[in-house]
Amino acid sequence: MELPVLTVKGLIILAIFGITLLIATYSTYAERKVAAFLQDRLGPNRAGPWGLLQPIADAGKMFFKEDFIPSQASKWLFILGPCLAMLTALMSSAVIPFGDSVRFIWDKVNYEVAIQGIEINIGVLYIFGVVSLGVYGVMVGGWASNNKFSLLGAIRAASQNISYEIALGLSLITILMMTGSLSLRAIIDEQATFFEWNIFTQPLGFVIFLTCSFAECNRTPFDLPECETELVGGYHTEYSSMKLGFYLFSEYINMFVSSAFISCLYFGGFHYPFINEVNQALENSLGAVAGHNVATLIGVVVMFSKIFFFIFFFMWVRWTLPRFRYDQLMNLGWKTFIPLSILNVVLTGAGLLYNFKYATWLIAIVMIVMAVVSTARAPKPNIVPQRT
Amino acid sequence: MTANDELRLSIDYQAMTEFISFFKTLTPTGYLFLILTIITLFSAIGVVTARNPIYSVLALIATFFCLSGHYILLNAQFLAAVNIIVYAGAIMVLFLFTIMFLNLRQDDEESKTNLTKMASVVVGGMLMVMLITIFRAKSAQVPTYSATAFNPKTGLVENLGNLLYNDYILPFELASVLFLVAMVGAVMLGKREAGDRHF
Repeated sequence: MELPVLTVKGLIILAIFGITLLIATYSTYAERKVAAFLQDRLGPNRAGPWGLLQPIADAGKMFFKEDFIPSQASKWLFILGPCLAMLTALMSSAVIPFGDSVRFIWDKVNYEVAIQGIEINIGVLYIFGVVSLGVYGVMVGGWASNNKFSLLGAIRAASQNISYEIALGLSLITILMMTGSLSLRAIIDEQATFFEWNIFTQPLGFVIFLTCSFAECNRTPFDLPECETELVGGYHTEYSSMKLGFYLFSEYINMFVSSAFISCLYFGGFHYPFINEVNQALENSLGAVAGHNVATLIGVVVMFSKIFFFIFFFMWVRWTLPRFRYDQLMNLGWKTFIPLSILNVVLTGAGLLYNFKYATWLIAIVMIVMAVVSTARAPKPNIVPQRT
Repeated sequence: MTANDELRLSIDYQAMTEFISFFKTLTPTGYLFLILTIITLFSAIGVVTARNPIYSVLALIATFFCLSGHYILLNAQFLAAVNIIVYAGAIMVLFLFTIMFLNLRQDDEESKTNLTKMASVVVGGMLMVMLITIFRAKSAQVPTYSATAFNPKTGLVENLGNLLYNDYILPFELASVLFLVAMVGAVMLGKREAGDRHF
């Protein structure tokens, strides 16, 4: 790789890293603002204008608190836990394409560098592998605390993650079948036209994937590993100071990465309707280099607005739905999602055989009809007016 | 300093220069291989020597990671990713899970009698002898690397899929039937009978 390409690539990687951290930091602020909005409150508004300095104040508080390690805890594993959680959260953004490519001229040679950490032909598997490692941070930390509640939280987290990983992988397989590649860039390029976005061809897969990503991020309604009413604080009961901060922070990074992943897989990544016409117009008016860069910039903005929408969606769900019970969680994962996603795979395969991309709508339509029929046939609730 | 000492020093010096010149001939891949191998060996030894079973499992996970690194050096990206997903990501989590529930203490170490130790040494030694003979056999020799004849797509997903579904379709399907049988067996074992007590 030549030096200019290496420099630009390094800058892009640094920018992705920094932006991941920045967005995760401000997600904590956004979460509190969204919660406040949904509960008709004001939310943080003391530190800085509109409370914008709140995340920095929180981080400062976390750093200066006492860093306590329980005396019976296994010390190195206790430290390793949050490190692993942070590491696995940050690793997965390496293969996500955030934009098309940057063109530049150096010494009269044209270069083109993709806005992506690294393009590998097993991108989806890489992310899947990193996600499956994410559970170690929780498990190691929970066990090392030498606390029954922490251990229970860790065990819950592990069984939840393993259960939902299966449905997650199966719902992904349909996309791999339609694209015929494991590379994320190839998957995005496949969705260049608006009606071929995977959300239109794979509606059921999208719903399953979204729900499973909620479970993988340990977000409400699947936040049983840290369920306060049953487990004190879950796997991080014994943690304090920035170690606790790392656990909480890694959840927000995971949220950002899964939002990015969902936008790549189902919403066309950096594509938007009429992208080709816009690119042509820009390249004709500004030239091949500057026009392409401006078009890429628009793509990056589109990508990030999709990501922000999904981060908002995560928060919206958190402050709307109550938590599942543990047996409901397991039933949903094993008895509903796995059979449904296998059915989805079979139907997608049949659709591909007869060259019809929208075959899985059949399941969605049947499910909607069944839901409507069962609601219509259900006995009406007998509302008795309350007497005073 | 006697002549003998001087001779020995010069031999030492010669060995040293040979060692250094060997290092100079290595490519970056060679360095990566050496470092990775050292880490692999250390974590593999850690699996056997760790007193606490949790540390043992964690060392095993580190070993799997290093093996994945070796796969990547061999240009088998798919195998590396699958190794991490299946072994490090799923099977090892279940291992940890079980060990955490068992809550093993240090005094359980007594269960390893001298007989078991000797038996494991014999079995491990036999495995080592077998592997060494296999790798030294003439029929198992791998042709040396040549830059012109090497196909850079050898270990990638497309080639692997083509091989599995064209040349080795029957063994592949048989293996999947075997997995299915194992899965059905696991479900049967885990199923609660009508009169069983709830845990």
